[in-house]
Amino acid sequence: MSYAERRERVNQAFDAIGRYLMSQVREFVREVGELSRFGYEGLRVFFHRPWRGTELVSHMEFIGNKSVTIILMSGLFTGMALAYQIYLGFRLVNAVSLVGPTVGLGITRELGPVLTGLIVSARAGGAMAARLGTMRVTEQIDALEVMGVNPIQYLVSPRLIAAILVMPLLTGVFDFIAMFGCWLICIQLLEMDEAAFFDRTYLWLEPYHINEGLFKAAVFGLFFAVICTHRGYNTKGGAEGVGNATNRGVVLSMVMIIVLDFFLTNIINVFYQMTGDYRWK
Amino acid sequence: MEVNSNSSISIRHLKKTFDGKDFVLNDLSLEIPRGKITVIIGYSGTGKSVLLKHILGLLKPSSGSIRVLGQELTELDVDDLTKLRNRFGMLFQYAALFDDMTAMENVMFPLKEHRRDLNKVQMQEIARARLTEAGLSDKHFLKLPAEMSGGMRKRVGLARALALDPEILVYDEPTTGLDPVLTEMVDNLIVSTHNLRQGTTSIVVSHDLYAAFRIGDYVAMLDNGRVLLHGTPQEFLESDIDLVKRFVAKGVRKELEPKASAPKPTSVE
Repeated sequence: MSYAERRERVNQAFDAIGRYLMSQVREFVREVGELSRFGYEGLRVFFHRPWRGTELVSHMEFIGNKSVTIILMSGLFTGMALAYQIYLGFRLVNAVSLVGPTVGLGITRELGPVLTGLIVSARAGGAMAARLGTMRVTEQIDALEVMGVNPIQYLVSPRLIAAILVMPLLTGVFDFIAMFGCWLICIQLLEMDEAAFFDRTYLWLEPYHINEGLFKAAVFGLFFAVICTHRGYNTKGGAEGVGNATNRGVVLSMVMIIVLDFFLTNIINVFYQMTGDYRWK
Repeated sequence: MEVNSNSSISIRHLKKTFDGKDFVLNDLSLEIPRGKITVIIGYSGTGKSVLLKHILGLLKPSSGSIRVLGQELTELDVDDLTKLRNRFGMLFQYAALFDDMTAMENVMFPLKEHRRDLNKVQMQEIARARLTEAGLSDKHFLKLPAEMSGGMRKRVGLARALALDPEILVYDEPTTGLDPVLTEMVDNLIVSTHNLRQGTTSIVVSHDLYAAFRIGDYVAMLDNGRVLLHGTPQEFLESDIDLVKRFVAKGVRKELEPKASAPKPTSVE
């Protein structure tokens, strides 16, 4: 093969890679645009008549109440595991009195909202995508439309608002039970000084740390609900389509929660700095 | 544009393309007469479902006009379209019942949405009456769709379609996938419902010519996004169009007699 031919082949390969990457970027931009429009429409029509109060309460019950057990279990063991790992590290530098605040900061600012988001998006988000997907393929959504009922307002809006409202509550439960797990390990198992544990925790853990986590949780709730309802609402095909919609909805939600967490952390810190409310001690 | 006052639905020069090149509906014109049963038939992929979605306002045409009950569908905003849809009742292919609601709740759903002047007891009374009219025994009223047979689901779907006393009843492939006994039951149900509600316009989309001739006052056959023939069942039997002859030969039994003669539909052009 001559030099010119080899160069031509390399050029073709780079060309193919470039085209593929560009198509992926275009697809990503299109997807983000579609999700944004869908989410905006879902939030906008919620405030139109007729009010969907009954549906809202029912979805809050489904997302919130039915997730409490799994959140309690996950929170308790996350707090316990984290406390023990941090204890093992801090013992080396004789700083075991800081296990409580360290776990508290880690849980309330990061792990609480992120793990709650991942757990709830897998459970409730998957159920949302599957439910709407089934309704789409069995023409129930078409039936709503023909009956003069806005399917976005009836099916999507209450789910979005319910997720936004319930996620901070579940994160609060996660934070509390995780700190309880930390207390169990530190005080009951490792027999650390209880007064020092609470004193250090109160000293380092501020209400705005908790608020930061709760705010993140509300944003995660909005994101996973938009992604999963969008996937379900636009399902194509039969049972396989519902399975794909559920799978893609849950996977994308989980990835988005982790990616979004990084950006939210930075945005919130910038906000604190701009408002002069940044009190990192 | 002149519109025939005897028509519930007047479609003129309707074109629809999804990709800008291939036309699913290609200059389709059709007058659906008021108070009659019109059956739209055709092979798969001829545009029956797309036409139906246009009539229901679920799709916007690429060009052309659709007048439904005197209103130009293409010019309506969302609120007016919603009001117009309340004058429709639709029985879906697989009934499309809400699977988390009982038969009663399914029929009460459109009432809850659009008849807020009624209290719960009044809604229940109407729902019971519609379910009875559709031939469902009262012991099935509180069953979920998953607990019902195909025929029962069709009856509940029809009762739900009738809930708001629609002026136009649309049936999308009502007998697809049903056995011959159920098919005949659904056909009879369509005719009896139509006879009970004088003045209601019924549109049945089907590929079953046998059923079309049994129940239809008029039959419109679609091919390549156009109306190939629109007329009474008798006119279909006497047609010289090759495709119609082949369709009739495959779809109609020899002993079948078309429904009693109906007046010729008004020509569009």
